[in-house]
Amino acid sequence: MTLYQPLSAHIAGIGVLGPGLADWAAARAVLAGAPWTPTATPMPAPESLPPAERRRVGNVVRLALAAGLQAVAAGGADAATLATVFASSGGDGANCHAICEALASGDRLISPTRFHNSVNNAASGYWGIATGAQAASTIVSAYDGSFAAGLVEALSQLRASAAPVLLIAYDLPYPEPLGAVRPQGAAFATALLLTPDSHGTQVLPRLALAGFTCCACDSLADPALDALRRDVPAARALPLLARLARGEAGTSVLEYLDGLALAVDVTP
Amino acid sequence: MSPLALSRYTATSCLGAGLAATRAALAAGRSGLTPCDFETVALDTWIGRVAGVEEVALPPQLAAYDCRNNRLALLGLQQDGFLDAARAAVARYGAHRVAVLLGTSTSGILETELAYRQRDPATGALPPGFDYRGTHNIYSVAEFTRELTGARGPAWVSSTACSSSAKVFASAARLIEAGLVDAAIVGGVDSLCLTTLYGFNSLELVAAEPCRPYDAARKGISIGEAAAFALLERPSAAPEGDTVLLLGSGESSDAYHMSSPHPEGRGARQAMEQALASAALEADAIDYINLHGTGTPSNDAAEGKAVQALFGDRVPASSTKGATGHTLGAAGALEAVFGALALADGLIPGSPGTRALDPALALRYECGPRRASLQHVLSNSFGFGGTNCSLLFGRLAAVEGARK
Repeated sequence: MTLYQPLSAHIAGIGVLGPGLADWAAARAVLAGAPWTPTATPMPAPESLPPAERRRVGNVVRLALAAGLQAVAAGGADAATLATVFASSGGDGANCHAICEALASGDRLISPTRFHNSVNNAASGYWGIATGAQAASTIVSAYDGSFAAGLVEALSQLRASAAPVLLIAYDLPYPEPLGAVRPQGAAFATALLLTPDSHGTQVLPRLALAGFTCCACDSLADPALDALRRDVPAARALPLLARLARGEAGTSVLEYLDGLALAVDVTP
Repeated sequence: MSPLALSRYTATSCLGAGLAATRAALAAGRSGLTPCDFETVALDTWIGRVAGVEEVALPPQLAAYDCRNNRLALLGLQQDGFLDAARAAVARYGAHRVAVLLGTSTSGILETELAYRQRDPATGALPPGFDYRGTHNIYSVAEFTRELTGARGPAWVSSTACSSSAKVFASAARLIEAGLVDAAIVGGVDSLCLTTLYGFNSLELVAAEPCRPYDAARKGISIGEAAAFALLERPSAAPEGDTVLLLGSGESSDAYHMSSPHPEGRGARQAMEQALASAALEADAIDYINLHGTGTPSNDAAEGKAVQALFGDRVPASSTKGATGHTLGAAGALEAVFGALALADGLIPGSPGTRALDPALALRYECGPRRASLQHVLSNSFGFGGTNCSLLFGRLAAVEGARK
């Protein structure tokens, strides 16, 4: 029987965009107990894209790019060198709505831009254009457990490559009528820059996959924050982020699949 | 990477359901493309439509998953004893030790397209009974496959356009190598829908004739649908000499354009180089390349340049999309199975539809099927957003021979 080292990584940078949460500094304060005013999620302009591309992208791409760039900046990394794992429950609902409306109309004319933006890896494609990153990039989806799926994929990629991996999880509410069949309360994105080593003298927080468990997943003590966690698939990361915000060592249990939660050991 | 056995595999496409029909069609150089008769689609194009999908009935307890994509998944899983083999792996290793990683591009979006025709005139609501999670959601086909097989290990769907179901082979190899699971059910399922037919048409990438990969007069793609699966395990689980192994994988990004490949095939070349490196093989070791070869002018030109740069005109290569159409999110897994069949049967598939090779793409392109003893096969899958994946397969006997 082969003995395996648990999958693990250091966290060199964190990005967060959510209701009233402009970045990790804001989220860290709120998750550590500061008052929270859940104003609309900021949607930074995609300045990293060439002008011709900027006007083609919707909020899904804006949010994913912004969260990823926050984590890269926090980690002092070069985005062009990084492999990326994107995680999302369902991609661009607004774009999908526009296509389905067009297909239900008489002429069925879809704009070419709408069509190429309809691929679930649109954020990954625009990330490459924005940053020049030529390394592997993927997107994984597992309904409400998409963040956990992304974390497993990112940690196993990091193990295989011994190189940093940027995980970017994001979800945005769908417009009606799709919103009624897939309610998602708010736009939320988070990004973790995962690195194999704690470089230099800086002590970086560390994650280790403790395993899969059937235990109940963690909730947040604050009812409003826990509602955000339950309402947005990408916000299922919040118990982990809260532990990091409070600097509390221990195990976070994150929602993944039915009967299979993800236990993550955190060393701040 | 450590080699993994494809201890069972199967494919269902317009060539037929299961390996026997697939083998016969590949050996005969037959195409399954037909003039488009799908739904109410009024486009002058040819499609690779799987016969009998409409008649597939899901088990009553899984009725929430009923849509064309999951019917096609079930039809595919029922071929070649795959479902039984998957359940046996679940019994052998334990449910939590078997992962389900699948690729799709459009999942069950056809259900949503149809539901949008039946919106409530007053409220705009979708019709009652529409099940988003079971059908349209990207993860649906993996959840459905998990329910069917009893696998309870990690699961997800990768949806990176037309490289989706190649990338899940690489992901599964990493999970097994990390010791998180002992086996993985991998594959791809993508089914015909209006979004892709009208969408590719909007980009003027759909051919009016059956597609002609690498032909000087190629005019675009023919869209197809398929379900293809493989059960990946450590080679010790399948010690037969004719077992096909996954030996390497490479993934890269073009970082260039959303719907056009890098003109020099930079990302394609990187993916192939990485696949060779992860298998610790030189380019000379490759005996056949199953090209992405969609039949659009720019795709084939970019891939052709990348292949030429790495392999010259030495290695036999063909695209099978003239046989099956471009099955999009299922293409990676479908063509992985074609690669496995090529190794197992000693057959280089041809390229139905290709008549006069593009002289600008100086590959050793194989238009017709022929017998050859193959040890190592490369399979390319590239997609919108500049996503690239190359998989490298070999025969267990060849790997053991090299070690002796």
